[in-house]
Amino acid sequence: MSELGMNLTLKIWRQKDAKAKGKMETYKVTEISEHMSFLEMLDVLNEQLINTGQEPVAFDHDCREGICGMCSLYINGEAHGPDRGVTTCQLHMRMFYNNDTIYIEPFRAKAFPVVKDLIVDRSSFDRIQHAGGFISVNTSGNTQDANSLPIPKLDADKAFDAATCIGCGACVATCKNASAMLYVSAKVSQFALLPQGKIEAKDRVLNMVEQMDKEGFGNCTNTGACEVECPKGISLENIARMNSEYLKASLVREK
Amino acid sequence: MSVLDSKTPKGPIKDQWTNHKNHINVVNPANKRSIDVIVVGTGLAGGAAAASLAEMGYKVKAFCFQDSPRRAHSIAAQGGINAAKNYQNDGDSTYRLFYDTVKGGDYRSRESNVYRLAEVSANIIDQCVAQGVPFAREYGGLLDNRSFGGVLVSRTFYAKGQTGQQLLLGAYSAMNRQIGKGKIEMFNRHEMLDVVVVDGKARGIIARDLVTGKLERHGAHAVVVATGGYGNVFFLSTNAMGSNATAAWKIHKKGAYFANPCYTQIHPTCIPRSGDYQSKLTLMSESLRNDGRIWVPKNIADVEAIRAGKKSPTELSEDERDYYLERRYPAFGNLVPRDVASRAAKERCDAGYGVNKTGEAVYLDFKSAIERYGKEAATVHGEKNASHERIIELGAAVIKSKYGNLFQMYEKIVDQNPYKTPMMIYPAVHYTMGGIWVDYNLMTTIPGCYAAGEANFSDHGANRLGASALMQGLADGYFVLPYTMGDYLADEIRTGPIATDSKEFDEAEKNVSGTIERLMNIKGTKSVDHFHKELGKVMWNNVGMARNAKGLEEAQEQIRKIREEFWKDVRIPGDMNELNTELEKAIRVADFLELGELFAKDALHRNESCGGHFREESVEVGGEQSGEAKRDDENFKYVAAWEWTGDPKTSVLHKEELEFNDIELKQRSYK
Amino acid sequence: MALSGFFLLLFLLQHFVINFSSVISVEGFNKVSHFMGTNPIIQYGIQPILLIGVLFHLGMGIYLDVANRKARNVKYAMNKPGENSSWWSRNMIITGITIMLFLGLHFYDFWFPEINTKFILGDMSGLNGHGEFRYWEELHHKFVDPIRVGIYCLSFVFLALHLLHGFQSAFQSVGFNHTRYTPVIKKLGNIYAICIPLGFIFIAVYHYVSQ
Repeated sequence: MSELGMNLTLKIWRQKDAKAKGKMETYKVTEISEHMSFLEMLDVLNEQLINTGQEPVAFDHDCREGICGMCSLYINGEAHGPDRGVTTCQLHMRMFYNNDTIYIEPFRAKAFPVVKDLIVDRSSFDRIQHAGGFISVNTSGNTQDANSLPIPKLDADKAFDAATCIGCGACVATCKNASAMLYVSAKVSQFALLPQGKIEAKDRVLNMVEQMDKEGFGNCTNTGACEVECPKGISLENIARMNSEYLKASLVREK
Repeated sequence: MSVLDSKTPKGPIKDQWTNHKNHINVVNPANKRSIDVIVVGTGLAGGAAAASLAEMGYKVKAFCFQDSPRRAHSIAAQGGINAAKNYQNDGDSTYRLFYDTVKGGDYRSRESNVYRLAEVSANIIDQCVAQGVPFAREYGGLLDNRSFGGVLVSRTFYAKGQTGQQLLLGAYSAMNRQIGKGKIEMFNRHEMLDVVVVDGKARGIIARDLVTGKLERHGAHAVVVATGGYGNVFFLSTNAMGSNATAAWKIHKKGAYFANPCYTQIHPTCIPRSGDYQSKLTLMSESLRNDGRIWVPKNIADVEAIRAGKKSPTELSEDERDYYLERRYPAFGNLVPRDVASRAAKERCDAGYGVNKTGEAVYLDFKSAIERYGKEAATVHGEKNASHERIIELGAAVIKSKYGNLFQMYEKIVDQNPYKTPMMIYPAVHYTMGGIWVDYNLMTTIPGCYAAGEANFSDHGANRLGASALMQGLADGYFVLPYTMGDYLADEIRTGPIATDSKEFDEAEKNVSGTIERLMNIKGTKSVDHFHKELGKVMWNNVGMARNAKGLEEAQEQIRKIREEFWKDVRIPGDMNELNTELEKAIRVADFLELGELFAKDALHRNESCGGHFREESVEVGGEQSGEAKRDDENFKYVAAWEWTGDPKTSVLHKEELEFNDIELKQRSYK
Repeated sequence: MALSGFFLLLFLLQHFVINFSSVISVEGFNKVSHFMGTNPIIQYGIQPILLIGVLFHLGMGIYLDVANRKARNVKYAMNKPGENSSWWSRNMIITGITIMLFLGLHFYDFWFPEINTKFILGDMSGLNGHGEFRYWEELHHKFVDPIRVGIYCLSFVFLALHLLHGFQSAFQSVGFNHTRYTPVIKKLGNIYAICIPLGFIFIAVYHYVSQ
């Protein structure tokens, strides 16, 4: 790579709004430093587009440190691009080579309709949480002391690992069936592992799965792609745990 | 007497909150159903407030500019949350947390508010555990703690390096429960662009649907602004790209005073910038300072060799290193408060000892910690004659279990292995202690308009201690607002629904659409980012870690110029009636360009050094503390609350004198 | 899917064991075949369940595949699924349908003639014209044609691919995932998925070369 950086060809999905028909457009950027993050590279492109009187590419992003889950992007055929354990904002240009052509597309799923360009609507994820992604306790200054309920470290650690899901949707984008099982199971698992969460565990899993199906996500066929592409490394173990929780809950459900 | 009434309850400080709650008005459950509350912002403060208010029975409308409440930037907080639980039996107490916070804030916060914060801190942990927040635990199943900068006890609860995320998801789950019940109506991808004041009371907001570009009117009996801080006035900060001051600034322009805008926290441990394209800075949790030692080379020759790539930092022997924090502050060492650590780094880099190409980086070294932990682990494993390599291997594993995600994050960004070579860090803008002035009830100077979390000014004085932001956000949202708002809303039970077709709403909407049209019609030549970066440069150079009168005067002048230029020459492509990210940025930057000037003005007027505000004119001369910041309690022991008059230049200063009855004012010494 | 899958895994194992006996002992194979072919519990009890199981597995597989395709209505312009998952895990429908096509041939070869002899012609004796058991001989005779042997062998490769994913996937689907046992199941699954089809290939090739 030269001192000046890389020259790249970008193929980017452009779509004016939810109803418009979109298409891939080609752009060129030059002098891209390997130390840039992928989104900083897109900033450079946008600055270039604005300066030449064109509309910049709309993409979701916020914290730019891999935790808010707002950034998405299907880069060169992979959710969050070719690196592992990172979100798009943490992907660095050193993962690419001079003169590369990079495809940049929105996360694709029926349950994630495109809003504009690379921005998709992930409110289906929120609606699944509304259906049961909580423990029903009210705010109160009189809750029992936090240490009155010891939790085995292993369970607490596993609950934490599941809870690190950032809700970005890479699992759905990657899954050949656009299934949201990893996402939903992370929340189900987190609470199923904790004594506080066990009280409502059955209703939770049934309600969340029902909402997930309503949203039009596909089914899990255990390809394991989600786990590989998940920027937080959420384990397939969670899907298994949800499956077993769901089976148990279905068998004993009343009515 | 000042126009500012803090409404601090009478009586001994330890009884104030209880007495206050006992005597304020309460709305009965049936009436709550007919009262609307708007909450803008869904971070820890806003999310917790929205959920709690809805649980109590109010009809809540919540707004966030992101695509989901879960994205709020509270999520990025890493280290932990303080609470006076005294689980470690190291003598912690409500008083000690109160004392540490007031002292850490360099005696520029309101005692009563801070005491209440310390008092409810323990409830936060109970509440979060009940919600299923997976805090770190010990093998016995009980909660674990770590220590943080500026204090002498271990009171920080944490969930690895993702405490903010876990707490936010807790608040988000509480919100989800209410959204599912229809008690909260959630408006994602909406930005509040004005508050509507009717007969002197906040009665609603004008919000822009960021997807369609349409302006919407929302009426309510009270409005809570919990929209975070304004650190992005520096362009580069650890804030999220979308973090903005717009909602806070809009209420300021409608009558809410803005307090202490110059109090900004520059966090000492961030990843240094690498080039002009940089869009934001990444923080490395302060918890790293528990085990990392900060140093620069002693000899300038070594600095030059390192910068030229001829020498590696690992080649330098112990005597060739200057552990400047340990040298200057033997009592606290690497754990001095953030402002002190940041200034010390700047001092070394300004003296030419910066270790990267830009000259703006110092080392954070884990070698000693790895060796120490390695030896301990070897003993535990019964390996008495472990080789050095084995010790390093064991020690690295311990460090990995504590900070693995942070080390990985560093490696991804910098492309260096921090287990082998010291991290490079440099201070960056992180948090703004200043914000909307609020009274004890967290009400602003607009009746019915509240400010919570980082958006208000109340608890951290001139400097915030680590792990206290999460505590304050949740305290405000879960345990303060739900009570104090009742006091005001009790008088609103006969008001009935707020009509949004009044002339005040008409006018507010017209103003907002007028501003947007004006921006769209400039059709200039430069992007929004261009102006934002210009502003950021002025702020960083003149209103950054060290400030002086000349620089601050210049800054105000320069910011005015940039602002004028912005309104003449900004280019916003696209249309206003669609999703337009450039327009969103332009609206926010327009506000930063006003706020920046007030910021500099406030910094200029405060001719003392306190906390994060360091005036070069105000330092100790001679003695053990020579060169350290010098506070001026005689002249500046007050909150500076600015009233908007149409232009930052003419903003009027109001003072709330601070009274310290329970703490003796001292120079902060960490020596 | 998983439950019918488990059932089919068991069936396949016993099918393999019996078939493999044809390589070891003509007499043994004939005996077992006759027992299986005439035992009323197997013929009237288990055989219909098996048929339903196969049809359910097939029908459900196709139904889910169609539903899953609908969950992504716009395809990616550039997609690299090979970076994160195996070909066989993503293409169960292809390997599955191939196996079904093969089953058609397999039924045509064995099952239909068998049903015809036993239930339409009513000959439950299991004997040929010479008064000997006909099973081994009929089996052996089917593998005269090298093309048929080729088709059988190729189908078993698809079966192996199907099993490589199906075995461990079935455990995951019923909610069994354990840090200690799952790696064992995965290994076991790989052994099963490779050994059984390889064994079938061996049987087919054995009969072909021993003509």
